[in-house]
Amino acid sequence: MSILIYASHQNGKPDKTAKELASYAKAMSEKTGGEVIALGFGLTAPEALYAYGVNKVLNVDDQRFGVFNAKAYAETFRQAVEKTGAKYILTGQNSDGLYFSSLLAGMLQAAYVTQVISLPENTEPFTVRRKAFSNKAIASVTLKTDIKILNIAKNSFGLLENPADGTSETFRPEISAEVFEEIKSLKVEKATGKVPLSDAEIVVSAGRGLKGPENWGMVEELAEVLGAATACSKPVADMGWRPHTEHVGQTGKQVAPNLYIAIGISGAIQHLAGVNSSKNILVINTDPEAPFFKAADYGVVGDAFEVVPELIKKLKEFKASH
Amino acid sequence: MKILLMLSVVPDTTSKINFTDNDTRFDKTGIQFVINPHDEFGLTKAMQIKEKTGAELHVVHVGVQANESVIRKTLAIGADKAFRIDADPKDSYFTAAQLAEFIKDKDYDLIIAGRESIDYNGGMVPGIVSALTGIKFVNAVIGMELNGNNVTLDREIEGGKETLQTTLPLIIGGQKGLVREEELRIPNMRGIMMARKKPLEVLPAVDAPLTTEYVKFEKPPAKSAVKLIDKDNLDELIDLLHNEAKVI
Ligand SMILES: Cc1cc2nc3c(=O)[nH]c(=O)nc-3n(C[C@H](O)[C@H](O)[C@H](O)COP(=O)(O)OP(=O)(O)OC[C@H]3O[C@@H](n4cnc5c(N)ncnc54)[C@H](O)[C@@H]3O)c2cc1C
Ligand SMILES: Nc1ncnc2c1ncn2[C@@H]1O[C@H](COP(=O)(O)O)[C@@H](O)[C@H]1O
Repeated sequence: MSILIYASHQNGKPDKTAKELASYAKAMSEKTGGEVIALGFGLTAPEALYAYGVNKVLNVDDQRFGVFNAKAYAETFRQAVEKTGAKYILTGQNSDGLYFSSLLAGMLQAAYVTQVISLPENTEPFTVRRKAFSNKAIASVTLKTDIKILNIAKNSFGLLENPADGTSETFRPEISAEVFEEIKSLKVEKATGKVPLSDAEIVVSAGRGLKGPENWGMVEELAEVLGAATACSKPVADMGWRPHTEHVGQTGKQVAPNLYIAIGISGAIQHLAGVNSSKNILVINTDPEAPFFKAADYGVVGDAFEVVPELIKKLKEFKASH
Repeated sequence: MKILLMLSVVPDTTSKINFTDNDTRFDKTGIQFVINPHDEFGLTKAMQIKEKTGAELHVVHVGVQANESVIRKTLAIGADKAFRIDADPKDSYFTAAQLAEFIKDKDYDLIIAGRESIDYNGGMVPGIVSALTGIKFVNAVIGMELNGNNVTLDREIEGGKETLQTTLPLIIGGQKGLVREEELRIPNMRGIMMARKKPLEVLPAVDAPLTTEYVKFEKPPAKSAVKLIDKDNLDELIDLLHNEAKVI
């Protein structure tokens, strides 16, 4: 009844998503039994996963997998399931994980559930809780096939150290050359030197209340002081004030940081859908009736052009003394 | 060239969500259903390709009869023909199996789906269809250029994008970015009139397993009231963020 997790990484080191999956898998294995096995492509520091309870690491050490290829990754997982007899496959809520998991579900004809937010409520029948209706509901869903695939929502379980004696071995899947040829990666463009939105602990987000793109300096400065990523509401991206990659909400990215700061955003239902899983929400808005205050933990009623610079100043003092 | 749009029909984005039958089913009472927003981008993209190349555009939806008014909307916007596979799409695998069976003996060059349906937020159907049919799949597509049989696509990734090259036939999971917001189409009077005469064929469902079952729904716990901090007392805010929320 082993659990196989996808160990995504950055420069060979398992990333936070991988560690969260390991934490989840270890806790789950206490209910389901079985080992926790991690499968990664080009991991150089597999031992970082043992600390979170991984017993075995299968590492695909093959140049061809250096660039993500959904079908090749899915096929590798299929072969790893065959080899290990794993009954559960856990992947993370990132673009690669969501992409190849759906292919894998089709290949294995396996029940597959995304947006999973907690450990199984039940193992017989196997039932998990997931978000649905853009965070407006939580559903309990039963997976009825022998092999089950779970995509765990970001930041829903957290990191839990639970050291295991782990070992690592090289895994050599057989993938035809054609798979690498049929869809080819030409280039990858990533914003450098910035905190990526999807993994950020703190997100500083701003909306139409900021009046124009020229006023984003203070948003970026606040983000910098906090080590945060920046985001924005949909109209802000549509008007080209900010890049589309920053748009959060129902039709944009979903984020679930520890702190989401919303500046000059009204809190429309479609915006909330992408952010209301955040652990804490701070709203800064001139309008005390703005709907966002109903979804917030902390609120400041005030003009962003006064409050944000003042907050930056106070945070700098705070950081200097801590 | 033949294009297929896989259409998901979802509650309007502003809907209040309620449950019925002892919280085991989503309550459709009073809900207005719409084209899944991600599919709306795909539909516009399909129309642009159709206008440029003379492609034929079909729409397929797995769902109940009540959704036909939404299917008609895609015809009013300009799709040529629609199919409804008569089944309740309550399991992604089941739904994908219906679509795969439908696609199997057709010769679609481009199959456009959305990144996810905004009701169950599954993001599962197009990938499963790809695995079942063997047609290549690219997910989270935010840009696409066709050049004969060659396709260049931008896929959204964490913190940026990846540019990919492939060939038709192809399935894409599209999203915002595929076309610009202001290019989105809405039906006009002439389109609505014409749509009435366009074919909407109903097909029976095929046998396929239900791999999952929803057993209970609940609402997320209500937020406790917001703590308001005076704008002239931001030290208090910093103290709360540090000592209470423990986020800084
Ligand atoms: C199908 C569909 C999908 C959608 N998807 C999304 C989505 O994914 N994400 C999203 O964000 N939206 C989405 N929307 C749009 C959404 O409905 C709202 O229109 C949008 O979120 C509003 O953006 P905003 O809060 O920046 O602007 P506004 O609603 O204009 O709000 C601006 C706010 O700023 C405040 N303000 C003004 N001046 C100041 C100041 N000086 N200091 C502080 N505060 C100030 C105002 O009080 C107001 O509350 C979607 C809509 C539809 C129909
Ligand atoms: N019932 C359905 N009929 C046709 N296409 C669907 C259906 N459900 C989902 N799809 C397609 O699959 C995409 C992703 O949906 P989902 O996997 O349900 O989140 C949608 O945007 C549609 O393109």
